[in-house]
Amino acid sequence: MAELLEIKNNERVQRAAIPHLEFADFRQELLDFAVAGGQVVQLFAYQDSGLLKLLAVLRNDKLYVAGCDAPDTFASLTVESEKFHMFEREIGEQYGLEPKGHPWLKMVRYHANYTGKKDLFGNDYSQDIPGNYPYFTVDGETVHEVAVGPVHAGIIEPGHFRFQCCGERVFHLEIQLGYQHRGVEKLLQSVPFKRLPIIAETIAGDTTIGHSLCQAQAIESLACLKIDEGAGIVRSIALELERIANHVGDLGALSLDAAFNPPAAYFGRIRGDYLNLSQILSGNRFGRGLVRPGGVTKIMGDEQKGLLIDKLTELTPQVEHVNDLIFSAPSVLARFENTGTVNYADAEKLGLVGYAGRACGLAYDARVAFPTEVYAGLPANTNHKTDGDVCSRAMVRREEIIHSTTLINTLLGKTEEAKSYIPEIPKLAPTSFVVSINEGWRGEVSHCILTDTDGKILRYKVKDPSFHNWIGLALALRDEGISDFPICNKSFNLSYCGFDL
Amino acid sequence: MLKVIKNRLEQGYRTSKYPKEPINLYKRFRGLPKVDNDCDGALVQRCADACPQEAIDAVTKQIDLGRCVFCGLCETLSEGKFVCFTQNFEMGTASRDDLFTCGDLPALAEHSKKHFKKLFGRSLQLRQISAGGCNACEADINVLNTPFFDLSRFGIQFVASPRHADGIHVTGPISKNMRQATLSTYEAVPSPKVVIASGACAISGGPFYGSDEIVGDLNSLIPVDLYIPGCPPHPLTTLHALLNYFK
Ligand code: SF4
Repeated sequence: MAELLEIKNNERVQRAAIPHLEFADFRQELLDFAVAGGQVVQLFAYQDSGLLKLLAVLRNDKLYVAGCDAPDTFASLTVESEKFHMFEREIGEQYGLEPKGHPWLKMVRYHANYTGKKDLFGNDYSQDIPGNYPYFTVDGETVHEVAVGPVHAGIIEPGHFRFQCCGERVFHLEIQLGYQHRGVEKLLQSVPFKRLPIIAETIAGDTTIGHSLCQAQAIESLACLKIDEGAGIVRSIALELERIANHVGDLGALSLDAAFNPPAAYFGRIRGDYLNLSQILSGNRFGRGLVRPGGVTKIMGDEQKGLLIDKLTELTPQVEHVNDLIFSAPSVLARFENTGTVNYADAEKLGLVGYAGRACGLAYDARVAFPTEVYAGLPANTNHKTDGDVCSRAMVRREEIIHSTTLINTLLGKTEEAKSYIPEIPKLAPTSFVVSINEGWRGEVSHCILTDTDGKILRYKVKDPSFHNWIGLALALRDEGISDFPICNKSFNLSYCGFDL
Repeated sequence: MLKVIKNRLEQGYRTSKYPKEPINLYKRFRGLPKVDNDCDGALVQRCADACPQEAIDAVTKQIDLGRCVFCGLCETLSEGKFVCFTQNFEMGTASRDDLFTCGDLPALAEHSKKHFKKLFGRSLQLRQISAGGCNACEADINVLNTPFFDLSRFGIQFVASPRHADGIHVTGPISKNMRQATLSTYEAVPSPKVVIASGACAISGGPFYGSDEIVGDLNSLIPVDLYIPGCPPHPLTTLHALLNYFK
């Protein structure tokens, strides 16, 4: 670790201060770090005055950064640690750099690379559909293949799923995404500044607050903007409301998949009530238009506070009663327990984050490890069931609903008011770097911004927690019945658009 | 069993009376914007320049609801002097042109194609296509199936197969990677069929306009019958549009 620079979450760093290593040293530092139990927050390529470079942000209980020149081809790190597998594929797809020896070098989102280098996957992008990829197959007389998507049977996002099965038993599930790819990073690097918050809010609609917080904090850091504590309180409440709404909705859906309908109906309605609380704060059910660099656009006055307190007082016992209904039904528990298990060792190797990680015993919670806004003064949560199965993922959500409700109640008791916000286009510090990390409801959301000599955005890197966790879902299905897919899928409930960008 | 009954009693009856009785949304909700035509031109220009979606025409003082994401910036900037957002969520239109507005929209019910009302008025089955958005539109469509809205009581259902559908309901800016799947799904729906563009993305590319990874306008691919603006459209906006256009 000698050659990595220790940084803080949202700390503005001069790019010149970031250690620029020889590739071989960079590779070794990263591998040593990963093998010692560290995780990768960001690893990406960027172009700087015609040169391609790599940058890595790593975490254990602290954050570190380092960079290097990017070789056109390099010895894959994934061979020695799985933690790099998605990042290397992404670098290959975005910049045409080849991680040699990568065990599974396939496209991530199906788009031409940014550099005009030879496409690593031999794709012809004038062809519309992703899928001209040789899927992993299992041979044998009794083996059959089930293909689902991209358009699914419900009102959900598109993605392609290939199951290799023997009868009902799943040998292997391969998930191919990219259908939602709309060029988010390219847009963030090229559009006028005024569009950035709108794009951040729509990276993953259900994580509107998570992503807009990352962007706002990163920009505030680069522009030396201080926000007042009142705004921090509103932002934190909004993030927790987002978490509760999504967890409540998912627990209802999980109950439905276990064929226990009443909780699904109740939680379907109650989820909407939480969204309506976000609407009280922001004017929008998803919290759109609330978080902006420099603060929050709307003040939380006594009226809004009162409405929130009243509604939470009404909802909290209802939620607990419905949860009790779900978690005391033997048929539901039997369906949840020992289904879709990912063990601790695999979860650690893949770097699962959020409730998917915590359900496997990886306690990491960015609100505790790298607190932003007002989280440093708030109590942490603990999870009691961490067996890595559907039941654990459901239990963790139940515990987080209770915890988040406590946090909101604590914050509603504070008296600091957000100052009224003035929309201004800030000026970013030149040749700087910042990484922002927040615990969105699905887990670690991270934005990274590099600026050039004029203070323009040179590289904007986005990472949604789903980027880490989709492979967890694929693993959960190994050796399970194919009919367990819906319930496993719901227990992870990953984002397609957040992954596809 | 006792718990089931206890919970049932606690939950009570939750279905909304809309459209028989009006619903009032909280005053912060941003619905149909109302433009003050006498507003100072310089202020209008300032709002138009600041609008992240280029949705304001400073000359006609109209807002394009097909591009607007209802972020509220123009209202904040003009302190309500140019734009004021009302809580009116009834914003569906039958033509793209009608979405350019100063605050008045034609009554949707009178502009629907009459044969649609005859064909689908009693039963409407839609196939939803999610084509490159952020999943907020999808989330607020799903909400229509919860007890509060209970969409199926109006004879409207979202179905699993395009073969069972009377039309498609499209969200998202049609990413290039979903172009073919969108067309194939449309083709699989038997005629006569209806096409609904829902949300700023499907109408104009939404937050992603200008990206070379998207088509950006459903109408350039398939002729659209019904436009539902919003980012995402409020569930009531969708409900109102479906009821007025088809019933
Ligand atoms: S509310 Fe609509 S018109 Fe006003 S600034 Fe935002 S996107 Fe533009």
